[in-house]
Amino acid sequence: MKTWNTYIYILFIFTCISCSNEKIETYVSKPSLLQIPKLFEDNILAPVIPNNNLQTIEGISLGKKLFFDPILSANNTQACADCHALENAFTDTDRFSDGINGAFGKRNSMPLFNLAWNYDEKFFWDGRSFSLEHQAFLPVTDPNEMGSTWIQVEEKLQQHPEYPELFQQAFGTSTIDSTLVTKAIAQFERTLISSNSKFDKYLLGETSLTAEELNGFNIFMDETRGDCFHCHGSDKNPLWTDNIFHNNGLDTVITDLGLGAITGDPADNGKFKSPSLRNLAFTAPYMHDGRFKTLNDVINHYSEGLKNSTTIDPLMKKVAQGGVHLTPQDKADLKAFLLTLSDYEFINNLNFIKP
Amino acid sequence: MKRINFILITCLFTVISCNNDNDDQSERTNITLNFNHNWDETPFTNANFNTIQYTNANGEEMSITKLRYLISNVTLTKPNGETIVLDGYNLVDVTNNTDLSFTPITAIPLGVYSSLSFTFGFNNDANYNNNYTDLNSVSWNVPEALGGGYHYMQLEGKFIDNTSTETGYAYHTIRAVNNSGAIQVFQDTFFEVNLGEVTVSNNSTFDIEINIAEWFKNPNTWDLNTLNNMLMPNFDAQIMMFENGQNTFNLKPIQ
Repeated sequence: MKTWNTYIYILFIFTCISCSNEKIETYVSKPSLLQIPKLFEDNILAPVIPNNNLQTIEGISLGKKLFFDPILSANNTQACADCHALENAFTDTDRFSDGINGAFGKRNSMPLFNLAWNYDEKFFWDGRSFSLEHQAFLPVTDPNEMGSTWIQVEEKLQQHPEYPELFQQAFGTSTIDSTLVTKAIAQFERTLISSNSKFDKYLLGETSLTAEELNGFNIFMDETRGDCFHCHGSDKNPLWTDNIFHNNGLDTVITDLGLGAITGDPADNGKFKSPSLRNLAFTAPYMHDGRFKTLNDVINHYSEGLKNSTTIDPLMKKVAQGGVHLTPQDKADLKAFLLTLSDYEFINNLNFIKP
Repeated sequence: MKRINFILITCLFTVISCNNDNDDQSERTNITLNFNHNWDETPFTNANFNTIQYTNANGEEMSITKLRYLISNVTLTKPNGETIVLDGYNLVDVTNNTDLSFTPITAIPLGVYSSLSFTFGFNNDANYNNNYTDLNSVSWNVPEALGGGYHYMQLEGKFIDNTSTETGYAYHTIRAVNNSGAIQVFQDTFFEVNLGEVTVSNNSTFDIEINIAEWFKNPNTWDLNTLNNMLMPNFDAQIMMFENGQNTFNLKPIQ
């Protein structure tokens, strides 16, 4: 009898453990490697992916949901995607974007693509944020943007019928905090890869350029004319930016200090990050303050509109004459080339639409 | 038969083992090159950037806002003439205060060498026959219209010009190319920097002094008023830079 009792008791314990195991079974997120385009693989260094935030299918999916969800804003009216729309290569068409209270920021919304290849990891026009995760952290509480607090956002997400389970799947915990929110958003943002422009296809031997586009590329690469390549990439650097900060001669008197306000170094006053020239067809207006409505305005600026200041980049040449004075034909050809950097597949990528 | 095989294998192992012993007899080490900068003996770092505080040989007041240059082909020559070329290259980035020290991965035997040298820039084989992802990533390329390959140096800043205006200069060195004729004509502008005899002991460090003022001084007194920008396609300017670069690098005597 005693033997039977012992046997039943042990069986009961095993059953309990077994049931308990089923309940606490954890979901293991599945790794999702970035699909690195051939031109990137061949020509530039590997993307920056932090060891503590590796890409996973569940993390990316969660990040996408958060990116499009106005729940991150104080009054549930504004999502990241409102100022970073796919059809505009994840920027918007406004000079300055308005936040939840109708207030406007002082900088043009930046487009979002190829962010994992920002090797110095300095984000925003003025480089005030280090790492993509930290970048995603800031707009939520900016009063001119989403105007919320992280405590509020965490609470709303925690009470949401779906999010706790999605965080469980992505990060192995249903306890939601700002770190995990920004990690998920950063994972999604790293998947925003643009690499299928006409010029990419030309480099891959899949298409040809017109004579005007080719001449435009030569102007771009010519130190005596466009000289764009020193800061904006080349056929060997498909990012089309150096992700470095320059004063490109916009103003004689600098009112927005840009990088200088962050570093405190007057030598950095008026310096802003070189934006990528990819997708210019979708990202007007241009410059950190969106002052130029068209690409013609931009080209005219570099050609004859340069203004001297103490921190103007030495690569801005013939400043006393306003620039190198490109011919009308060279301007037209340069523009034709720049537009070949636009990636229509990117802005029509179904992976990037609202879930 | 089995016994013979066994003896043969034993002999083979013995021979291999002896070979290894011979290799191990010379102790090896890595060396480190430190790149220190000065303006006519006044120490220079990126803390001295951006302020017009230097006067070049032509009398122009000037500043430096960017300085980075490439060295490659670090070579040690034994007294018997045998050379050891150390793998790798290094982009010295004074602007960002990075890679001012270079430790090639190749370990070399300790001892006295008749010379330690390196190449300023890339030789033509290294320049044209490789695609360097790290250099592409920092926009170090030279346009194909100028022959392609890579920059050797980017030195930029401001100077006070003849009209008392603060003006930018971009002193970029590349392989000289003359595009004025029907056929491109090239002239090599990489050069060997020979630092002379050195003794290599464990983890030897060599301090190399670079006098930036030399780029504007000797043998060509550089006039920034006429040569300040668009110098990459300027064949004559590239040759002058090449000539001025010869006396820029020196090995600091070991104290």
